[in-house]
Amino acid sequence: MNQISTSDRPTAEAPAPEALVETAPAPAAAAGWKEVELRSWGRVPRTRSLAARPERMRELRACLAAGGEVALRPLLARGAGRSYGDACLNDGGAVILTERLNRILSFDPASGLVVVEPGVTFADLLATFLPRGFRVPVSPGTSFVTVGGAVANDVHGKNQHVSGCFGDCVEWLDLLLADGSVRRLSPSEESELFDATIGGIGLTGIILAVCLRLLPVESPALLVRRQRMDSLDAFLAGFRAAEQVTFSVGWIDVLAEGAALGRGILETAEPAPCGVVAPPPPRPKRLPLDLPSWALNSQSVRAFNALYWRRARPEAREAVSNYAPFFYPLDAITDWNRLYGPRGFHQFQCVVPIEAGEAPLRRLLAAARAGGGASFLAVLKVMGAPGRGLLSFARPGISLALDFAAGTGTHALFATLERITLEAGGRIYLAKDALMSPESFRAMYPRAPALQEVRERVDPHRRFSSGMSRRLGLG
Amino acid sequence: MAGPRNEPAFRQTWLILGASSAAARAFAHRAAGSGAQVLLAGRDAEDLHAQAADLSLRHDVPAEALRLDVRDLDSHAAFAAGCAARSSGQLNIFAAVGAMPEQQRLDHDVALLRDTVETNFTGLVSVLAAFTPALTRQRGGTMMVMGSVAGDRGRKGNYLYGATKAALHAWLQGHAARLSASGVRVVCLKAGVIDTAMTWALPRLPFTVSPQAFARAAWKLVGRGPQGAYVPRIWQPIMLIIRLLPTPVFNRMNF
Repeated sequence: MNQISTSDRPTAEAPAPEALVETAPAPAAAAGWKEVELRSWGRVPRTRSLAARPERMRELRACLAAGGEVALRPLLARGAGRSYGDACLNDGGAVILTERLNRILSFDPASGLVVVEPGVTFADLLATFLPRGFRVPVSPGTSFVTVGGAVANDVHGKNQHVSGCFGDCVEWLDLLLADGSVRRLSPSEESELFDATIGGIGLTGIILAVCLRLLPVESPALLVRRQRMDSLDAFLAGFRAAEQVTFSVGWIDVLAEGAALGRGILETAEPAPCGVVAPPPPRPKRLPLDLPSWALNSQSVRAFNALYWRRARPEAREAVSNYAPFFYPLDAITDWNRLYGPRGFHQFQCVVPIEAGEAPLRRLLAAARAGGGASFLAVLKVMGAPGRGLLSFARPGISLALDFAAGTGTHALFATLERITLEAGGRIYLAKDALMSPESFRAMYPRAPALQEVRERVDPHRRFSSGMSRRLGLG
Repeated sequence: MAGPRNEPAFRQTWLILGASSAAARAFAHRAAGSGAQVLLAGRDAEDLHAQAADLSLRHDVPAEALRLDVRDLDSHAAFAAGCAARSSGQLNIFAAVGAMPEQQRLDHDVALLRDTVETNFTGLVSVLAAFTPALTRQRGGTMMVMGSVAGDRGRKGNYLYGATKAALHAWLQGHAARLSASGVRVVCLKAGVIDTAMTWALPRLPFTVSPQAFARAAWKLVGRGPQGAYVPRIWQPIMLIIRLLPTPVFNRMNF
């Protein structure tokens, strides 16, 4: 019997046709490479790399074994390219695009365990498993992220303070190493390499498969509560009051000043009980062209923010929502990064320890406003347990994310934000970063030397590296 | 594994030949999305296994992988019988079998030449012909086969590939005529450039479509439309012009 059955349907009645006797092994797939321009979600910088886009595992393995020009270049796997900085870039190097390795390989409803290829996205998981009563325990703020990228950046979601990071829902993963061997890693098997790979920004190898534990849900909806917060103090008090609530996130009007500094909207949510359903979300819209660079200026952002703030009522309001619009509000506009025009933008995200109080947040917001850049998006989030990865971002504290159009003042502004973060004992999120100095990186990520030891063991010739790893002095 | 229902309540079965190709993958998702049982045939067992699991999980339909090497002509009768036995609904076929080696390599490599012709033409039409009894018996169903705009006029860059596709087009015309009396539709999809592994390393060509867009257009032709169709349709006027180009002009063009 050489039929390769994956169906539970009994197939015994079908005779095994002699035709299915194995004739020849499938041919060694020659992976195609070509020079491409790659950018990250922030659309800056522009890089050139040799890129392959394998469509099957056989081709992926051939990519690693490729000779010639490719063998001489540093190699990096890239998922959806949704990180904002240079974590997904490899200027002058070789990049393996994993977007087409996107099969869901198995699912066990009894345990919730699902095994997927690295290019499967959160949108895929949501569409496939929410109707069956399961959700991903941890999801980032866009559904277009791949599972491979989510592992490599140890992403977090609006429930980080309760549920931890994405790495915490990974049961095991298969990693292709520089020498062509494949290792299965988990918290109990090869845990050192596992911890180096969770949040390891792709520096340990190429992820081939990931096993996640999904959570059962009673309803495909959430009960969302939106509440206006008049100041930063009110915000922090609001977060404290919502400590036990599963999902919480805050949006801040960065341009508000004085007593209104830090005003915004706190959104909290709980999974809805059985029987609650939400109306279907609208279809995503596309932004068909780049907005001109001047379109987002402090006036237009100020007007938008004021409108947005006023739209929310002063008293708390509850509503039923689907998962997608609450988890992925920005996915409603498919190419929202084009809002910032052709020059692109930078996102700054840091977490500062809770003990530091609100002072660092005030300093960061003041610096952001003084920097002149209009930050369209400012998101506040409370974080709990640290991520298990050696370069995981999460740690107990408060996280602040700000967007700035790329421009002449960006570097100076980011240097200021970086210094404030460092002085507060916080750290900057690698998934968002394109500008941090190696010195700050070493101070913010004290476990980086442990990652280097692991790489010395599994990739002594540094086959894998990225624009980010070279910039941060990791080689 | 959740998913495949146990009772074969599936009215349609789609057999996908050359199922590892990106265009075939996208088409298989369309078919499974419509609630059809899917049979995936090809040489890369590891890949087909993954794909079958993916289809059955995402679309909640039965999907299984079958090994097929179209160049193994002697295996085709038994393969067709096995597929007919496995299909729980009306059998339909989508074929995306083809290799496109560089023309220059074919000039010197006789084995590669023979292999390409066997894959793209001899083997493919042999396995398709093997389904004639089953299709005639069920008096219905669709056989959809990927041809290529390269078969419309042989050009310098890949005329061996083009020649195999031209031969395939003619064979499909005849086969369509033969099976029409049985109510079986044979459709030749003259595919333009699709963004797949086959075209990845080539310079970016105009009017390239994603495999999903190709599959969406192809799926619309199931059950209706002409025997031969350009997919996407923009290639119909383009190929009209290219076919009408005077030979001296065509011969000077570098493509």
